[in-house]
Amino acid sequence: MKILCFAHVSEQLGASSLELDLGPMTVDAFLEEFKQRYPNLRLDHVMIAVNEQFVDETHRIEPHDTVVLLPPVSGG
Amino acid sequence: MSGSLYVITDQPIKPGVVSEKVMRREAGAITLFLGTVREITYGKRTLYLEYEAYPSMAAKQLERIGQEARERWTDTVVAVTHRVGRIEISDIAVVIAVSSPHRKAAYEANEYVIERIKQIVPIWKKEYGEDGSEWIGDQLNQQTYPDGRPLLSDIPSEDVNSDK
Repeated sequence: MKILCFAHVSEQLGASSLELDLGPMTVDAFLEEFKQRYPNLRLDHVMIAVNEQFVDETHRIEPHDTVVLLPPVSGG
Repeated sequence: MSGSLYVITDQPIKPGVVSEKVMRREAGAITLFLGTVREITYGKRTLYLEYEAYPSMAAKQLERIGQEARERWTDTVVAVTHRVGRIEISDIAVVIAVSSPHRKAAYEANEYVIERIKQIVPIWKKEYGEDGSEWIGDQLNQQTYPDGRPLLSDIPSEDVNSDK
């Protein structure tokens, strides 16, 4: 799956996008996996969007989906 | 009305261009909100801001907010342009124009739109101050997120995909 990240998450990761060979899996499982791979990332307030839609922790991510890590927004 | 109503741009925003998009014969009022970069926040000096967006989703979310506004205040038309990149003090970061047959709805819908932008539009600002820089999360630090999911309650539940 393709993963995009923004703001402090992309700075900590050192990249704004990456490809991981994952899924299908729930959002919860994805986050667990991601935290294990990148234990230094601060992900506590991060929301997940799949294919440009906010999703909750039970949503099932397919391998071809684009998963986006969204820190709390601060536009305006 | 011309051009897209919901725009993310890295260019300076001309407020007149945004208000023209909502101008129409039925309108008796247009409210125009300009969000500008403030120098002093709670005694701390800002040098400049940098905004980052997830542009495709941000435009979609703005469109959603415009639809929400129309459902709450019938006959309103909303246009929003949000700037990204480096923005200097007093520059315009966001412009919201709302037209309506009567002024009350135009005022109320305009405020609604900026509040929703701060909740559900994927745009982030990084503040560069005299002591360095930091990403601004929850803007007023007034909200706590005990379950670490800051936004879901702000999003109409029918808009959240769930396999429950």
